Amino acid sequence: MTDQDILNRLTRILRELLSDDSIVLTMETKRDQVANWDSFAYISFIVAVEIEFGMKFGVAEVESFQNVGAIVRRISAISPTR
Amino acid sequence: MAQEASADRLEKLAALAQHRLGFLETIQLDRALGPACAESPQGFSSVRLAILASTTVDHLVPAIRVSGLRRRLLIDVHIGPYGQYRQQLLDAESPLHRLRPQIVLLSLTAREAIAAVPLTATAAEADAAIGRSIDELRMLWRKARETFHATVIQQTFLNIAEPLFGSYDRLVAGAPVQLIARLNERLLQAAAEDDVLLLDIARASERDGLDAWFDVTRWLQGKLEIAPQAAPVYGDLLARVIAAQRGLSKKCLVLDLDNTLWGGVIGDDGPDGIILGEGTGTGEAHLALQRYAKQLRERGVILAICSKNDLAVAEAVFRDHPEMLLRLTDIAAFVANWEDKAANLRRIAEQLNIGIESLVFVDDNPAERARIRESLPMVAVPELPADAAQYVRCLADAGYFESVAFTADDSRRGEQYAANASREGFLESSQSMDDFLRGLEMSVAFGPFHTVDLARVAQLIGKTNQFNPTTRRHSLEDVARFVATDGCLTLQFRLVDRFGDNGLVSVMILRPDPQAPDLIEIDTWVMSCRVFGRQLEREAMNIAVEAARRTGVRAFRADYIPTSKNGVVSELYSALGFTPAQEAPPHDGTTRWYLELSDYVPCSTHIARRPQ
Repeated sequence: MTDQDILNRLTRILRELLSDDSIVLTMETKRDQVANWDSFAYISFIVAVEIEFGMKFGVAEVESFQNVGAIVRRISAISPTR
Repeated sequence: MAQEASADRLEKLAALAQHRLGFLETIQLDRALGPACAESPQGFSSVRLAILASTTVDHLVPAIRVSGLRRRLLIDVHIGPYGQYRQQLLDAESPLHRLRPQIVLLSLTAREAIAAVPLTATAAEADAAIGRSIDELRMLWRKARETFHATVIQQTFLNIAEPLFGSYDRLVAGAPVQLIARLNERLLQAAAEDDVLLLDIARASERDGLDAWFDVTRWLQGKLEIAPQAAPVYGDLLARVIAAQRGLSKKCLVLDLDNTLWGGVIGDDGPDGIILGEGTGTGEAHLALQRYAKQLRERGVILAICSKNDLAVAEAVFRDHPEMLLRLTDIAAFVANWEDKAANLRRIAEQLNIGIESLVFVDDNPAERARIRESLPMVAVPELPADAAQYVRCLADAGYFESVAFTADDSRRGEQYAANASREGFLESSQSMDDFLRGLEMSVAFGPFHTVDLARVAQLIGKTNQFNPTTRRHSLEDVARFVATDGCLTLQFRLVDRFGDNGLVSVMILRPDPQAPDLIEIDTWVMSCRVFGRQLEREAMNIAVEAARRTGVRAFRADYIPTSKNGVVSELYSALGFTPAQEAPPHDGTTRWYLELSDYVPCSTHIARRPQ
């Protein structure tokens, strides 16, 4: 699974969550650059990502993600390879 | 045109809601559903629900609405600002008051109630502290009822406390685990006394495991006490209670025989060859299903049999097999033949005079299940696991028969349906309908609602869909208010005949029109389908007219509001001598009727009057 694969899946999740097909995530995207991606939607996003990748982030990890790239790298590091 | 399109769309969404949906799919379906409209399309009803919460509950809303949609309820959910549930309820200017909720759900964490109790508290001190929390809850319940006439649902407390002493925790009055346990005990007691409904997530979390319900990460991240992965179950449990309160629970359990009620095939294996009863695990598993069905019957669920068998062979098992728990007298409708089961289910619903959507069909054969799902999508068909040991759990977990009351009439229902079978036999042997009705030796007892009747009255109003010209649902609180309202006339009717007591089977609420003091409106009139065609509607109207005349009323006004289920009363008022109104009806499709009491000619019936 490449970083791009993960990024694509994150993009799909966020599009479905916010019902917004115009969303395009990059490794550099920050939460405040995406409309409606508020703190509540962020928790929902994290839940959906955990379900999608069959894993769980620690509470400190979730707070430390500076951009989408950080999430991608973390998933890449701990997710079981498929 | 646009309306038709939206009704069509709603049907499609409701069909989607039947599927097992993932986290994101639930959110998407909820968004597609959009905000609830004031006017709900045919076949759907809208409910205004307010959740007063002391933790974050916003993430539960999609699952609540989707679970409602599954039961054709369009739930408009209002959530007050986080943790401000008291102010919301007490402040007449709050948005909550504009919503006028029909249902108020209190979803609270136990944390606040136990925070101030020291570990060293004596049992008396701990109880006093818990008592104060319960008193406050009761005040909130009262407030919600007085302000909105809403039905109150109280969520039980998740026991999220970590052990301090281990098993010894439950022996220490001030230990958090024990405090929450005690809080729940006292809550149950208060809810029973105050007739408040429960959303028992404490019990659900015991069954599923606390980890399925509580995720400490989510609590820390956003004060979510109910984990997002529990949302679908939560939504379903809540929608069940709301649906039960509105009379949408299932009423009849239809059971297959071979490999369902017993192991093996009676036609091939014979009475000695089927597997049933103590001695083998398989035999006990089938017996357990029988026992569960029998318990359901005791609480008022109607039992029916639908099997591909020879009737005589099938009935003989119920009569003669020593291990059988279910007996012929437990079964209200027994259908065993070689015809299509969909046709047989229709026949059962017809025979019992209940809607086909109130059936649950339990069959081990996947082909039969698929056939029913395909041809009768309104019938509930649990996906029975291959292992008979899991039958009871599968049936119980689905919550088809969720209830909001348990009355004396419920426990007698089984007998009443059995008595109905005797009446059917008597009907067949009677020369004419008139002979039959005379021979039944019927008598009616009647009077205003008594306090002891209120639960049954509210239940009958809540669950009657056919003989119900207005389909207005009134909660226990509403009913109590009618009784206390000046000029309101309430009547309840009990019908007895030579085969038994049918119990409280009809209810009428007549309320005065403030604009026309000599006019009284039939707000609600319901009758149990068990006594249709027995002339009770005529005798009830005779009684209502007499009662109204005594209070100086000049005329009755009555509306018939058609639904998909109440066609049986479309001609009720014209048959009773009412005349159609000159004015336009209040809504499209509604017909409005008047009866001048001075013109009323009492209907002749074969029903005698009996003192209460």
